[in-house]
Amino acid sequence: MRHKTTRRKFMGGLAATFAAPAILKHTRAYAADPVIRIGHVSPRTGPLAGFAEADDFVLEGIKAAMSGGVENNGKTYQIEIISRDSQSNPNRAAEVAADLILGEEVDIIVAASTPDTTNPVADQAEVNEVPCITTDCPWQPYFFGRNGNPAEGFEFTYHFFWGLEDVIANFLDLWAGSGVAKKVGALFPNDADGNAWGDPELGFPKPLKEAGFGLVDPGRYQPLNDDFSNYIGAFKDVGVEIVTGNMIPPDFATFWAQAAQQNFSPKVVTIGKALLFPSVIESLGDRGDGLTSEIWWSPNHPFRSSLTGDSAKALADGYTALSGRPWTQPIGFKHALFEVARDVVARASDLDDPASIIDAIKSTSMSTVVGDVDWSKGPVPNVTKTPLVAGQWQNRGDATELVITTNKQAPEIPVGGDLKLLS
Amino acid sequence: MEWLGVVVQGVLLGGLYALFATGLSLMFGVMRLVNIAHGDLIVLGAYIALSTVAILDVHPVIAMVLVVPIMGFVGYALQRTLLNRTLGADILPPLLVTFGLSVILQNALLEIYSADPQKLSAGPMETASVSFGSLSVGVFPLLTFVSAIVLIGLLQWVFYHTSLGREFRAVSDNQEIAQLMGINKAHVFGVAMALAFAVTAIAGILFGVRTSFDPSIGGGRLLLAFEAVIIGGLGNLWGTLAGGIILGVAQTVGGQINPGWQQLAGHIAFLFVLAIKPTGLFPRVAH
Repeated sequence: MRHKTTRRKFMGGLAATFAAPAILKHTRAYAADPVIRIGHVSPRTGPLAGFAEADDFVLEGIKAAMSGGVENNGKTYQIEIISRDSQSNPNRAAEVAADLILGEEVDIIVAASTPDTTNPVADQAEVNEVPCITTDCPWQPYFFGRNGNPAEGFEFTYHFFWGLEDVIANFLDLWAGSGVAKKVGALFPNDADGNAWGDPELGFPKPLKEAGFGLVDPGRYQPLNDDFSNYIGAFKDVGVEIVTGNMIPPDFATFWAQAAQQNFSPKVVTIGKALLFPSVIESLGDRGDGLTSEIWWSPNHPFRSSLTGDSAKALADGYTALSGRPWTQPIGFKHALFEVARDVVARASDLDDPASIIDAIKSTSMSTVVGDVDWSKGPVPNVTKTPLVAGQWQNRGDATELVITTNKQAPEIPVGGDLKLLS
Repeated sequence: MEWLGVVVQGVLLGGLYALFATGLSLMFGVMRLVNIAHGDLIVLGAYIALSTVAILDVHPVIAMVLVVPIMGFVGYALQRTLLNRTLGADILPPLLVTFGLSVILQNALLEIYSADPQKLSAGPMETASVSFGSLSVGVFPLLTFVSAIVLIGLLQWVFYHTSLGREFRAVSDNQEIAQLMGINKAHVFGVAMALAFAVTAIAGILFGVRTSFDPSIGGGRLLLAFEAVIIGGLGNLWGTLAGGIILGVAQTVGGQINPGWQQLAGHIAFLFVLAIKPTGLFPRVAH
C-alpha cells in the first residue's frame, strides 16, 4: 500500500506545524509565586555514599527553612530542590546533571563530594550555560582537573572548599608540635589525589623539605592493595616516626594491620581521606584511637548558618538526634551549599537571566556554617577557600571524638585538646 | 634477607588469593560455571559474619560455625532454583545471570548495611606476630595460609576419596552419562555449589578480619581469584593454590622493585603463564 498525502492531510499538518510553537512554547508557570528550581547532584549510593549519608537530613532542614520562599526584588519565589543520585560514578553524574539542566530546566545546579561528582556536573553546567556552585572537593582537582586556566577561569561554575596547600600547612603544624623525629613515610596511591599529594613541585615533597622533614616515598601503589610489606620495610629501614598519605579506608586498614604484624609502630599517623568518618575509626577498634587527619568542619567551629541561625553544633546535634549516628564533616558543607544558593537567589537582579545569577555568585560575600564564602578572594578565579584545621581521633569515655589539636592556619577555630603520640 | 621477607610475605598473600579462588575453581571444575558474582559472594560472607558477630557477640572465627552452613544453604538453594536453569550448551546465560546477581548483591548489601566500611574484629590475634630471626610474620596471614592448605586438602580428599567426589567428577566429565548412571545432576550441582559457598564464606570471614570492606569492594577480588584459577589450571584445586602463590609472590617482588608495579607484576605473571601454557600450569583435563 502506498502512502498518499491528500490535500486535507496536508492542510491539517500545515496548521499543526504553525500552531505547535504557540502550544509548546516554554513559559514559566503563571502561579501566584514563581518557582526557582535548584538541581542537586550527590553520590547517594556506591563507594562515596558516606559523603551523602546526611543528605536527607540536610535537605529536609533546608526545605523547612525556605518553605516561606525567598524574596527577590520585592517578589517572593518558591524554591524547588530536585536531588539526583550520581551513584558515585562520574559518567552517571554527568548524565543526571544534563538531565537536570535540559529535562528539568533548573535555574541553578549545585553538587558536592569529591571530584567524581563536582567535575562532571560543573562541566555540564559550563557547556549548557547554567550557573553552578560546588563544594567538598579540594580546589586543585576541581580547577586543574577540569583544565582550568588561572588567567581565564570559568564562566558559569564556582567552587568553595580548601586546597592541598592548606592540608600540607596543617599537617606540618601538627607534626612540628609533636616533637617526634622529622622522618616522614608517605603512602600515596596511584589516583588523582595520590599523584597530586606526591607531586614533587605542587605536593608534599617540597614544603616538607623546606620545613626540615625527611621524606620516604617508595612510590605509588594501586588502590585496593592487599600488601604493604614493601612500604613497611622501607619505613622501618630509615626509622620513620610519622606516616602520612591519602588513602581509602580498606587500604588504610590493610596497612595498619600489617604495620602491627611486622612490628612497625610510628608515633604519628596522619592520613587524608581515609580517616574522615567516625564509622571508619569505629571499624578499626582500639587501633583507631590516636590517628590524625585534616578537619574541614566540626561542631566546634564557631560559625552559624545564615539560613536557620543554628550554630555548627546545633546542626551536628540535629543529625545525631534524628539518625542516631555520629556527625560527619560533609554535613556542614552540604548545608552551606544551599546557604550560598539561597543568598544568590535573593540577590540576583534578574532571576530569568543566567548572567545576572552569575553576577550575584561573583559578588557573594557571606558567612556560612563552614566559614566565609567570598569569590572575590581566592587562589584562582571561580574558587574561594574555607578554613581548614587538623586534629586527632581520641577515645573519650565511650565514644571516639575528633579533637582539633592544631589551628595555626585558622586561629578563629578553637583547639579542643593536645596531640597524643601513638607509641 | 630482605628478599626472603618479600617472598615470604608474597607466599602468605598467595594463601589469601588461593582462598578467594578455591570456590571459583570448584564451581568451574564441577559445573563449568563462570561465576561473575564471586567477589560479591566473598563480601556477602563477610557481612553475614558481621551480623552474626553483632547479634551473638562471638569471635569471628567462632562465627564461622554458623556462617559456613548458612552460606552453604544459600549456595544449594541458589543452584537449585536459579543457576541450574542457566546451565547448558551456551556459556553466556550463566555469565549474564551471575553478573546480574553481582549487581543485585551489591545494592542489597548497600541498602541493608549502608556504605560504611566495616571490619570484623578478631582482637589481639589481628596484630600478633611471630619472629623468625629478623623476619616478622603476622599470625593472622599465617593462619590464612594454613587454612587455605587445609581447606584445599579437605576438598581434594572429598573429590578423590568419597562417593560424593566420584559423583562430582562424573557430572564434570559427562553430564548425560552420569545421569544415565542414576546420578541426579541437579542435586549434585547443588551440593557442589553449597561446598563452594562454604569455602567462600571462610574466605569472606578471613578477608573481613584482614581489612575493612564495604558493599562495592567485591569486584576487585574477582579478578585476582580468576587469575589464580587460570594460572593454576582450570579445575585443579592444588593448582589454584599454586596459582595464588605465584600471583602473591609476583606482586610482592614487583612491589619491592617499585610499589607502582605491585598489581602490574601480578597481571604480567598471569599473562606470561597464559602465553606459554594457555591451559594453566596444572590443568586437570589433558588436552
